[in-house]
Amino acid sequence: MNGSDGVRAEEHPGGTPPVPPADEHTRVETAAQRTGPSGLRLRIAELRNLGLLGVLALLILAGSLTRPAEFLAYDNVVVILTLASVSGVITVGMTFVIIGGGIDLSVGAIVALATVWATTKATQMYGTGGVVFCALAVGVGCGLVNGLIIAYGRIVAFIVTIAMLASARGLAINISSGHTQTLNADNQTLVNLGYKDAFVFGKIPPLVIMFALVVGIGWVVLNRTTFGRRTFAIGGNPEAARLAGLNVRLHTLLLYVLSGLCCGVASLMLIVLTGSGTSANGNLYELDAIAAVIIGGTLLTGGRGTLVGSVLGVLVFTTISDIFTLNNLTTATQQVAKGVIIVIAVLVQRLVAERRAGGDPG
Amino acid sequence: MPEPPLLVMRGIVKEFPGVRALDGVDLEVRPGEVHCLLGQNGAGKSTLVKVLTGAHQPDSGDIVWRGDQTPQLTSPTAALRLGVATIYQELDLVAGLSVATNIFLGHERSAFGFSRRGEMNHAARELLGRLGHPEISPGAEVGRLSAAARQIVSMARALSYDARLIVMDEPSAALAHDEVTNLFRVIRQLTAAGVAVIYISHRLEEIREVGDRVTVLKDGRTVAAGLPARTTPTAMLVAHMTGRAYEYVFPPRPQANEGAPEILRVEGLTLPGVFRDLTFSVRAGEIVGLAGLVGAGRSEILETVYGARRPSAGRVVLEGRELRGGSVVAAVRAGMGLAPEERKSQGLLLLDTVAGNVSVASLRRYSRLGWLDRRRELADARRQTRALDIRPDDPRRPIRTLSGGNQQKALLARWLLKGCRLLLLDEPTRGVDVGARAELYALIRRLADSGVGIVLVSSEIPEVLGLADRVLVIREGRVLRESDARELDEHQVLDLVMEGSNR
Repeated sequence: MNGSDGVRAEEHPGGTPPVPPADEHTRVETAAQRTGPSGLRLRIAELRNLGLLGVLALLILAGSLTRPAEFLAYDNVVVILTLASVSGVITVGMTFVIIGGGIDLSVGAIVALATVWATTKATQMYGTGGVVFCALAVGVGCGLVNGLIIAYGRIVAFIVTIAMLASARGLAINISSGHTQTLNADNQTLVNLGYKDAFVFGKIPPLVIMFALVVGIGWVVLNRTTFGRRTFAIGGNPEAARLAGLNVRLHTLLLYVLSGLCCGVASLMLIVLTGSGTSANGNLYELDAIAAVIIGGTLLTGGRGTLVGSVLGVLVFTTISDIFTLNNLTTATQQVAKGVIIVIAVLVQRLVAERRAGGDPG
Repeated sequence: MPEPPLLVMRGIVKEFPGVRALDGVDLEVRPGEVHCLLGQNGAGKSTLVKVLTGAHQPDSGDIVWRGDQTPQLTSPTAALRLGVATIYQELDLVAGLSVATNIFLGHERSAFGFSRRGEMNHAARELLGRLGHPEISPGAEVGRLSAAARQIVSMARALSYDARLIVMDEPSAALAHDEVTNLFRVIRQLTAAGVAVIYISHRLEEIREVGDRVTVLKDGRTVAAGLPARTTPTAMLVAHMTGRAYEYVFPPRPQANEGAPEILRVEGLTLPGVFRDLTFSVRAGEIVGLAGLVGAGRSEILETVYGARRPSAGRVVLEGRELRGGSVVAAVRAGMGLAPEERKSQGLLLLDTVAGNVSVASLRRYSRLGWLDRRRELADARRQTRALDIRPDDPRRPIRTLSGGNQQKALLARWLLKGCRLLLLDEPTRGVDVGARAELYALIRRLADSGVGIVLVSSEIPEVLGLADRVLVIREGRVLRESDARELDEHQVLDLVMEGSNR
């Protein structure tokens, strides 16, 4: 992004900052960097994720106690991680959007549209490359439309993405006439990725590696790039960010494009898993993704959050689903449990946050 | 024998961390009078009103209300029930509800939990009629009414509580000329019925027209009480308002450099309804101050020059290059920086660290293909925070834990790091305690000495006069006078901004 601007940063008119640097201080800072309250903050942030890790550990314990034979079996772990991969990739995009002060309710519908569009007969004529390109392009395209209307049409994200939710799924139903479209014999490359033969080292499904890759890239972008830093700034205080000279609109647009791209990747994963595309795909994915982001400790109002927390959130939800399924409990019961967990998680976070605020030296 | 006063406040003291907002205020209000409160920004008028209406509790002092030595002014609602009502500048009405609902909000007429709409509409109509505005329908939606009509609804609400005293804080600020006339008529009707009004305004001509007596506040103290509103000479009122209990320490001005290059030129800039055809320039190393009352359009001028508002006409030229109007990105890239009026809501990233706040405008410099060089970023931020002596000395602290003065310094550090050519400072010392102010003044002057052009807006006239090289006196979006700061004094500026209204 902003590639054309990058050069100009060096030629800012002032040359060096007007206030003379205090040279005698600069040497001390390496020592100062390692200590001080910032180190403490880091520990607390980790602690918050530790809480989620604890929940995950409890769940694993519960799973192994109730279904000792099945839960920790290799096949079951693969199932959990594979399912987590699909919603996890979407959650990565959602984390960016929410930290940036927005919300994307259309992710599930975009996934549906992308799987359908990528599996039409017309698309399949272009081979596997065509399918891949189409899924990603639909995701990016929908994100672009969302972003343009939100950032430049200045309509709130909630409304815009709800409209996209309705129309993208409608379009998916239209295109597929409500049928499930399977990949034809020429396009089985994608489907083969789902088989054990394709597992890396014979153990790890490619989808899980893909998920890990997306999380890794996402983490770097969020925590180590100017794009990530700007995302936090814009989500935390859009007016201050604007007055500091950040291009808030362009950045907002890019956040929704990023979310759309993640949906495109997730829809490819679904195509790999099912060998087909249907307008029923991705139902309620938006709620799962938002819930995972929130229990991961990201502020719904933006400006603060972690990607690691979101990923843990996804793992918690997928593990719960798995345990419930193994114990023959209905999806209805799962939904209730999910709801309870969301509320408890947010309550605990608030208590932690309040304690933090109370203990702050300022 | 004069009738007993409605309200007596004596020796009211209210302290906030770092500032004594009220330092012994006396006020006496008689039934049926319009009592005007006069004072500069920061003199304590708003705090006094908040004490009176129960929003703040005084630290010491006595309040006697209608003979009651210990009135329970514990909250705005409690004050309202005792008969003290306030009409705020920002009217506290619910826009989506009807006139009648707003009037009876909080004390609805009801029977068995069902609101008696007919009775409320009837009562509302009667109140509006008493205020001389029967044309306002009780069923109308408040959001669709004019500012003047909304004010009437506020007053009807006050009357519905049987208010004996109505506090009006700058009621004319949002009103057009004929609406002000109307407001005065309503005020006279109220006072004729024995209701007292505390009227706060900066416009002397209004005070002369509607007021009975004037109390002048300065630095949290009553300096003159109960002056006759119509006959006290303006010079005397201004004299009471000016002159400070404490002295500001301003850095010395360097020799004016006529040959310094022009950094900013603003030509014919117009923002409809706020200011028009504004022309001025700033040279390198010069501090230009904009003096005027709140609402005179000062902040809007800065924001328009900065591109945060889109002008309808005119141009902004920075170092010879014309800027695209209405683009902050273009202004910042060209070398402008703004420390906005509302530090917390417009300036700071409160969730971020000091370093994050300092570097946010310069991120590109630390970016290599988007990758952020965090070590260099932190080192540079640290250099700035040390140079400005921001405390505590740890750029990785959350910015919200810093004092107001240090937060303001962090905003300056942001633009120092960026290396800007023109700095726009909107109320840079608001909420900053007196000690830290001197430091900020010195810093601003040091910046100018390094060749940066500075435009300074402040509600405190001594600050503008003491710090700026050149001053533009602004009233209702027009420049009344432009002159060397040394050729103006506080009295002249106050006279200019308060008198000579076109009303």
